[in-house]
Amino acid sequence: MEHIRNKSSNNKSTGVFGEEAVAQFLLARGASILDRNWRVKEGEIDIVARLTDGVIAFVEVKTRSSSAFGHPLDAITREKASRLQRLALGWLATHRCLGADYRIDCVAVLIAASGTHTIEYRANVL
Amino acid sequence: MTLGMSLGVALVGLEGRLVNVDVDIADGLPGYTLLGLPDTALTESRDRVRSALVNSQENWPNRKVTVSLSPAWLPKSGPGFDLPIAIALLSAQQSIPMEHSESVLYLGELALDGQIRAVRGVLPSLIAGYKAGIKSAVVPYANRLEAQLMVEMTIIPMRNLSELLRWLRTNEREEEQELPLVHDEPQGGDDFSDVAGQERARFAAEIAAVGGHHLLLIGPPGAGKTMIAQRLPSVLPPLSRDEVLEVTAIHSIAGGLTTRSPLASCAPFVAPHHTATRVAMVGGGGHYIRPGACSLAHRGVLFVDEAPECGVGVLDSLRQPLESGSITIARSIGSVTYPANFLLVLAANPCPCGNFSGRGRNCICTSIQVRRYLGKLSGPLMDRIDMRVEVEPLNRVELTQSNLGESSATIRSRVIAARAIAAERFKKYPWKLNAEISSRSLRIEFRLEKEAMNFLHNELDHEHISARGLHKVMRTSWSIADLALHPRPTLADTVKAYEMREGLNV
Repeated sequence: MEHIRNKSSNNKSTGVFGEEAVAQFLLARGASILDRNWRVKEGEIDIVARLTDGVIAFVEVKTRSSSAFGHPLDAITREKASRLQRLALGWLATHRCLGADYRIDCVAVLIAASGTHTIEYRANVL
Repeated sequence: MTLGMSLGVALVGLEGRLVNVDVDIADGLPGYTLLGLPDTALTESRDRVRSALVNSQENWPNRKVTVSLSPAWLPKSGPGFDLPIAIALLSAQQSIPMEHSESVLYLGELALDGQIRAVRGVLPSLIAGYKAGIKSAVVPYANRLEAQLMVEMTIIPMRNLSELLRWLRTNEREEEQELPLVHDEPQGGDDFSDVAGQERARFAAEIAAVGGHHLLLIGPPGAGKTMIAQRLPSVLPPLSRDEVLEVTAIHSIAGGLTTRSPLASCAPFVAPHHTATRVAMVGGGGHYIRPGACSLAHRGVLFVDEAPECGVGVLDSLRQPLESGSITIARSIGSVTYPANFLLVLAANPCPCGNFSGRGRNCICTSIQVRRYLGKLSGPLMDRIDMRVEVEPLNRVELTQSNLGESSATIRSRVIAARAIAAERFKKYPWKLNAEISSRSLRIEFRLEKEAMNFLHNELDHEHISARGLHKVMRTSWSIADLALHPRPTLADTVKAYEMREGLNV
């Protein structure tokens, strides 16, 4: 039981680490973060950012510490992608900015055993 | 650049068409789209190619992969596109040089571990590639014999993906020594000397072999009908290289080369069971049209035992190929023409119990049953049969005599000699066999001797023979004359031919 709790909290911190890394990555490129971990019944948007060109980016971050179970982005199925789409529209409606230019990005963060990490940013995937 | 391409072939019947396999690797979520009307086996190529690449220590792009097989309107089937897709994928990733992409044809199915597996239709695919100007092809190692028949092309047989990629990257490969075309003689097993007695049926088989005449053997069970038919290929001359190409191409499409060597030069022998359906006999199928028994017997013998037991219409479906030497099958996906130039041998019992021969003493059938039994062979079909021969039950003398009949080799040499005479005579004409002489030429250049013609015209006047029957008898007469070394069929030759066709009232 102890072991499982540990693992789950590990996964959680891995996820938080990845999201933080991507947020820093976006900030470094001049984007402003509008929202983090926006959560509704249907799911969660990891990061909402306004980019330098005014486009609102909804960012899904997948963090893995090994690619033994496949590439992180393989975990985003067609179903999950369409849920991201619905969530994005939900966010826009809630914040009264439906009609704004937006796009959906997916990011894979791979943490190496040495502690360094790589970010693979795929813009406008849907 | 994230575009790659390679070449494959899509087959519709025996006709192949070069297919461009284009691969685009774009940013986006990992995904794989296959365009260009693939069938199920081809759609599944995604998972085979992926595993084969990964297990050959190659990179699978975790991006949006689009594979397009063009021309897009042409339906494509089968796993033979695995290899071209893998090559196009690797060239899109720049992991192999592009120089071979547009000049080499790729055929092969991939196993999950990267082995290249055999596919159907290699020879017709290569012929299509050659016609489209392609000079070299990578084929599965298991298909190398068949591929080697295409001597005009450089054939590169490969066992697995790693071996192929090493060649593409470094131009190094183990040189295969070319295997000689082995013309395996059919004499190995069945030989005509096994057949006891049956002089008349043996003679009919020899004539059939010389001129390509169709044959019906009628006799009680156990008299040797099947034995004679099975030995017919052993007296047919070996196939020429072009004929081997034709025959191997058809068998390759049907996927039947496991039993027949691709280099075999002996005439094929196909004996469908009498429960065969029409589709099994002439060919057909859903999304890919298979050649039937009559095409598999192209340039060889099609033997139907227990012919009257065949389903309604099955034998009659052979009428078109008997007439034209080919069969056209139309289905929703298109129509396909397969060659079907075969020697038809039918065998039948004289009645349901089988004993209505000789004095018919042991027959227990009613006279109506006897009449109906052979009546199941339709008139139009019977009209196309050149010889109807009774195979009598053997008597004690024939069965116990110690001197065997002639061997297949002896008969075969006579057949080859007679065919050579016919070929010399037909130099200026589009046919090679006596059975193919056009009726027009029979009336002009290839008339029989005068007394012979008088005899036949007499029979025609008495309505003993139809006009088609008369021509059939004339053609058979030519074969008998070629065997007897007569320059033109004599009255005796013609009477023999006439008896062979009309002697039995069926």
